Amino acid sequence: MRVVIAEDLYLLREGLVHLLRAHGLEITAAVETGPDLLKALVEQRPDVAIVDVRLPPTFTDEGLQAALTARKQVPGLPVLVLSQHVEQLYARELLADGSGAVGYLLKDRVFNAEQFIDAVRRVAGGGTAMDPEVISKLLASNARNEPLGKLTPREREVLALMAEGRSNAAIAQRLFLSESAVGKHTANIFAKLDLSPSDDDNRRVLAVLAYLNAS
Amino acid sequence: MRRYRVAFARAFALLYYAVTGAAQAVTTLLLLIPTFCFGAFSLLPRVVLPVRRSAIRARGRARAWSGVEVPAPYRPEPPPPVPQADGFYRSGRILYETPCVVSRNARWKWLFGDPATWRDVTWRLLDPFVAVVLAGLPLLAIGYGLTMPMHWSPLAVPLGLAVAAAGVLALPWLIRAHALWSRWLLAPSDRATLTGQMHHLARTRTEVVDSQAVELRRIERDLHDGAQARLVAMGMTLSAAEGLVPADPPAAKALIAHAREQSSAALAELRQVVRGIHPPVLAERGLGDAVRALALDSPLKVQVAIDLPVRPDAPVESAAYFAISELLADAAREEDAEAVMIDISHHGPRLRVTLTDDGNGAFGVYSGLGDVERRIAAFDGVLAVSAPYVGPTMVTIDLPHALAGSIIDVPAKMPVWKMVLIVLGHAVGWLPLFPQGIVAGVFKLVGADDPSWFLALHLAEPLQWPTISFMIVTGLLMYGTAMVLSVAHSPDDWESEVSPNIPWLRLG
Amino acid sequence: MMTYLRRAGAALGHVTLMFGLGLAQLPLALLLLVALLVTFGLGLVFFFVPVVMATRRWTILVRRLTLVTTGVEIPTAYHAEPPPPLRQPDGWYRGGNRLYKSARLCSYNTRWDWAFKDPATWRDFGWVLAYPLGSALFAALPAALVVYGVLRVLRGEPGEILLGVFLGVVGVLIAPTVSRVIGLSIGLLLGPRDKDRLAGQVRHLAQARTEAVDTQAAQLRRIERDLHDGAQARLVAVGMTLGAAEQLLDTDPNAAVALLARAREASSAALDELRQLVRGIRPPILAERGLTEALRGLAVDSPLSVTVRADLPVRCDAAIESAVYFAVSELMTNAARHGQAGRVAVDLVLREGALAVTVADDGRGGADPAGGSGLRGIERRMATFDGTLALSSPPGGPTAVTLVVPHATLDSATRSSTSAKAVAPRWKSVVAGLCFGLFSLPLLPLGFVSLFAKLHHVPDTGWWPWPGLPASFHQWPMIIGMIALGAALLLTAIVLTVQISEAREPGAAE
Repeated sequence: MRVVIAEDLYLLREGLVHLLRAHGLEITAAVETGPDLLKALVEQRPDVAIVDVRLPPTFTDEGLQAALTARKQVPGLPVLVLSQHVEQLYARELLADGSGAVGYLLKDRVFNAEQFIDAVRRVAGGGTAMDPEVISKLLASNARNEPLGKLTPREREVLALMAEGRSNAAIAQRLFLSESAVGKHTANIFAKLDLSPSDDDNRRVLAVLAYLNAS
Repeated sequence: MRRYRVAFARAFALLYYAVTGAAQAVTTLLLLIPTFCFGAFSLLPRVVLPVRRSAIRARGRARAWSGVEVPAPYRPEPPPPVPQADGFYRSGRILYETPCVVSRNARWKWLFGDPATWRDVTWRLLDPFVAVVLAGLPLLAIGYGLTMPMHWSPLAVPLGLAVAAAGVLALPWLIRAHALWSRWLLAPSDRATLTGQMHHLARTRTEVVDSQAVELRRIERDLHDGAQARLVAMGMTLSAAEGLVPADPPAAKALIAHAREQSSAALAELRQVVRGIHPPVLAERGLGDAVRALALDSPLKVQVAIDLPVRPDAPVESAAYFAISELLADAAREEDAEAVMIDISHHGPRLRVTLTDDGNGAFGVYSGLGDVERRIAAFDGVLAVSAPYVGPTMVTIDLPHALAGSIIDVPAKMPVWKMVLIVLGHAVGWLPLFPQGIVAGVFKLVGADDPSWFLALHLAEPLQWPTISFMIVTGLLMYGTAMVLSVAHSPDDWESEVSPNIPWLRLG
Repeated sequence: MMTYLRRAGAALGHVTLMFGLGLAQLPLALLLLVALLVTFGLGLVFFFVPVVMATRRWTILVRRLTLVTTGVEIPTAYHAEPPPPLRQPDGWYRGGNRLYKSARLCSYNTRWDWAFKDPATWRDFGWVLAYPLGSALFAALPAALVVYGVLRVLRGEPGEILLGVFLGVVGVLIAPTVSRVIGLSIGLLLGPRDKDRLAGQVRHLAQARTEAVDTQAAQLRRIERDLHDGAQARLVAVGMTLGAAEQLLDTDPNAAVALLARAREASSAALDELRQLVRGIRPPILAERGLTEALRGLAVDSPLSVTVRADLPVRCDAAIESAVYFAVSELMTNAARHGQAGRVAVDLVLREGALAVTVADDGRGGADPAGGSGLRGIERRMATFDGTLALSSPPGGPTAVTLVVPHATLDSATRSSTSAKAVAPRWKSVVAGLCFGLFSLPLLPLGFVSLFAKLHHVPDTGWWPWPGLPASFHQWPMIIGMIALGAALLLTAIVLTVQISEAREPGAAE
């Protein structure tokens, strides 16, 4: 799998390169600035890009902007955005085109190499990987949403994990449930939220995120 | 036509006010005598408060009739006296048992010490004369002009009509002139404005410095108690794990996992600190998106409307952000509020933030208003709250020069008459000044025989000098008017907001 | 007596000099008149700024001369010159609210506005035009008396001699008074008015406040950047390393131990960075031990040999302590870097609430505030506390920088800036009191009551005070005059009261 990395701090860039190489991913470019990133993304069309939000030269959201621009030119280009802080606003912008293949994680998530690599692969495969903090903020800002209030605590847990982008199997593993039980929960959730059910994991996730974002 | 009808009515009203005002002036005068000559000082409020009330009404008229804003310069009324711990009321160095003397002293000082009181009194004494002249003269002219045709001379009809028309045409201008005269005495003096500005600046500067110190101390403490402590702990966990690796790998693994959690926690704490200092979204995206991000994080339904062509300077931006954040948090505390509207707009360099909630008038939840007010005071910002007992609360933050550094203020379009005057002054001013004025004067001094094309020299001898000086004055006036008009129109600039009012530039 | 005479003689010379100044200024005034006429009459407006500047140079010279000859000091109160235009990122130059393509035009226009809008410009013009025909003639009076007296004496007749000597002595004796009057009259137009002074203070305060706000914002932004690029990044790296170590533990324990060691180093580096940051914000030693000890700590860390002498009986305001600490730190760095100094002496004195700090080094001197040595920055930061910076640095050294912060010990709540309270002169209160006391006398009995009596033909008012006056005096002119006098007294009283109360309790009208 070919990966492009954009991170301006040497320490983190090298760390990421090591980590990904150790898991058998191929790093085609490790860039430092927004313009370089855009060039690398458009020219190399990697299987996935791992992008820091804040990049030189402006030290604003240069990385995010470059990723969004690249996704406009190369629709569906998988991008995993890393940041020291998470904002719903950025998550929305990433999800806006509805085509998936995006991830948005806190940099802390790199600590757990396996989960991180899993997220990278998920995004590369067209799935989503949203940081739990984004999801909890999303749920919090939906606090007064009535249909959500009708969910049982367990269903809320399932909903949160689903919104993070996990498959039924992963959710089952996480919550120590059987896969069929998770399936039942998701069906309930979809019924309560008045969403049309779908078998495809990715599409389901996107539907949930769109629902949460709509309010 | 309506304009003149209204002005006509107003002139009569003005005459009426002049008569009642004269009565009040005489009363005031008569009451001032015992007040000061016989020491009946307690009479003072009774003397000057009615004057103040009529001055306030006159300010309202100036605004309503002529659009002349006359700010009221009064000092705030003293608060009612508060007893000390021992039950006595203190005024200066004397203690009283009852509050009435204290309150009377305070009110006396409040009224006597306020220069505005004495400016009001002066206005009251002089205004009847001015009003009678300004409103009475044109009315007289109209009346005289209309009765002139009764003399049945052939010239009388057109002449009379001309006089009456002149009176009618002058009316609106004279009403305005009266408003300007009121402003001259009733608006705060330049001195008062300046000292007021100075105190405001000194106070806000002190607040800025103090809040800065407090903020830095908080950051220091947060870092010290949070991230730094965790880092120390993590270091210890790590060295313990290192020692355990050869002997007890599973225990070492647990320790490493623990250390990882500690580093996560330290990061979360740092994130919190950073959010309180300078939120990353604000740094990355500016005020508009930062407020949108706030709106998304709020449990309320927040509608955001933003009209900002440029980013304000960083300090203002940050102050506005934290102010909105505070207000939003307060609004979320209100029980029956579900939706909030935030509107950020600009008008020239002025930035205005309006936050409206749909709650039922629980204004008390806005506990952070004092903080917000202090925060924006450093930018001369003003906070206004409209909170009816029942109904939505609206909070407005006004930052008068938030965008001054980044926006070009397009001056209001110049009215045509001003433009004409300016062009005329510059184009024709030389005619009376030089050939007809100065040069004619020189010719007269030299004693040239030929009057040539000097108008003045064609006149009878006693009229020559007056005409020459009249020409010179006319020329100078034309230039002066053109100059003053154009300067007064261009908005103030790099030293703008603090530049003193220059009376002769205030015509515009 | 002798000294008085000598002084009077000197004053005679001085006033004559002032008269000479008037004579010399006459052609200048004419020139100015012509220049102004050309500028505004013919529209050659580009003459204006040079004319203003030349006038200023002349009046500044006159101010100096006035100080020397009459002892009256006349401060200047011109608006600060506008800064040269800066090129914006978009390539335009900004002057006020307009954008310009060329720096030349921009600077020309801003300077024109600056010169035109300054009331001092017009007062200067007024003075230059008025002086030769005004007070300059008055300045000639003593000398004229003396000359006239001498001429009389030369006639040789005893009476004439007596008169001549008398006139001459009078001329000499009035010289000091005339000199003073001349000085004051010049100050009337050339000196700043109260309002200008206030406006200047307001400008200064506004600037100081902006400075404080900007410093704060810049500092917070810097902290945020430092945290983001420093501690936060390092912590993420530590976390990553730990993750890797955890994985390696089972397969390659040695490599895992190496990784653990690296993580530990990285975490202590992060800790170090945080400590640096905190020290830059507010050194802990300053909070814990106060300014003197903190500066001693600084001295120990410095490569130079630094002595700190302090006489601080009480702690200063925290914000001021911190500002002074960083200023001294910067000055010491400067001494080492630019001044090649070996020894530095820091001296702290607290007197009457004002903190004075002197940093002296034995370097090669020649420090220039404009030369990017950070002195301007320190000066600006000190200005936030109404502090000042004085520099003495002759080429070759030594260099001494003195910082003075007034009201350094007061609680910040009472730390008011430039005290605005001008004390109203006593005579004003006395006159106001007299006017208030007396205005009713002419106004009422002598004015309105006699008016009433006159209108109603009351034959004998009885207490009409001037029985000796002819009847016509009792009539209208007297009555109207009395009413006018009373009204004038009342108005004077009110005007003076306004002035007094404005001076006593400024503010309120914000």
